[in-house]
Amino acid sequence: MFVLVEMVDTVRIPPWSFQRQLNDAIAEELNKKLANKVVYKVGLCICLYDITKLDDSYIFPGDGASHTKVHFRYVVFHPFLDEILIGKIKYCSQEGVHVTMGFFDDILIPPESLQQPAKFDEAEQVWLWEYETDEGAHDLYMDQGEEIRFRVTDEVFVDTSPTGPATATPDTPGQPGQPGQSTAPPAEDAGEKKEAPYTLIGTICEPGLGLLSWWNN
Amino acid sequence: MEVKNANAAMLSNYEVFKLLTDLKEQRKDSGKNKHSVGQQNLNTIMYETLKYLSKTPCSRQSPEIVKEFLTTMMPHKLTKAEKLQLLNHRPQTAVEMQLLVEESEERLSEEQIEELIQTVADVLPGDPEQENAAPADAEMDEGSEQS
Repeated sequence: MFVLVEMVDTVRIPPWSFQRQLNDAIAEELNKKLANKVVYKVGLCICLYDITKLDDSYIFPGDGASHTKVHFRYVVFHPFLDEILIGKIKYCSQEGVHVTMGFFDDILIPPESLQQPAKFDEAEQVWLWEYETDEGAHDLYMDQGEEIRFRVTDEVFVDTSPTGPATATPDTPGQPGQPGQSTAPPAEDAGEKKEAPYTLIGTICEPGLGLLSWWNN
Repeated sequence: MEVKNANAAMLSNYEVFKLLTDLKEQRKDSGKNKHSVGQQNLNTIMYETLKYLSKTPCSRQSPEIVKEFLTTMMPHKLTKAEKLQLLNHRPQTAVEMQLLVEESEERLSEEQIEELIQTVADVLPGDPEQENAAPADAEMDEGSEQS
């Protein structure tokens, strides 16, 4: 579930923090920068593991702060392919079952990866497994808050760095920046949903996967 | 910022749990600056991750237990990822074992799977609540069979 990632960065320590131990000040800055943030193609950063090397600190003209190149290792949440994880069902939608692990929310199990045959109950907005036994079909509901065991099949990283103003929006061709068009930039935001920088795609289409209550004796 | 190695090492849930618990202790002593705006992200992720991990078997493990587990697992010829998953999940049934061990039908016989389940149950401490409930059920079953 968690991996250690070796990184290098230059940390800026402002002059009012000079009385602190350098290691503590650097650790705090690194955690401030990376904790609970997704690094593209790496994963969700949790916390600093250790500092492996500190290069010399420099002070540049015009800036009273010291700049130090730091080699460090960070604990990152990055499950490997086919890893089994346990989470809770956040909610169900047409797109599938959304699972959360508390510290990481963007896990989706698409309808084709549910235990088949599966059906979406529109009234209750919940997916269910039409489980056939000799006695007849049981409908096993995937309710909110239930613990669920799933296998990671794919991960999607989206680069959500800000793009410059030069990109023209596809729905307002040739009309960016006009004073009357107050809707041009906000419409772009309102129309697009904010994309999650890191999404996991899972499956429960195997014996043993799905709600824990399905498999407990 | 540069990423030198995106996969330098795999960490068990126990290692992350211990790191976060120690960090929490350290920050408790530090006083007021942990509530500043910049520290909120660290606080959130630490709280949520600790909340998640405290409900997994890793919260009852120690370095000695992990070492003993890995030594006991050596003869079974499992991959590093499989041993890590066994350590993190502590499977109790054959179905769970087959999920965590790849191609278990070909590599392990039924008795070997049973043996693995037994070893896991012996070496890794389980949930005391769950284990107290089980003997009670067994007594109830015996009672009903006798009558």
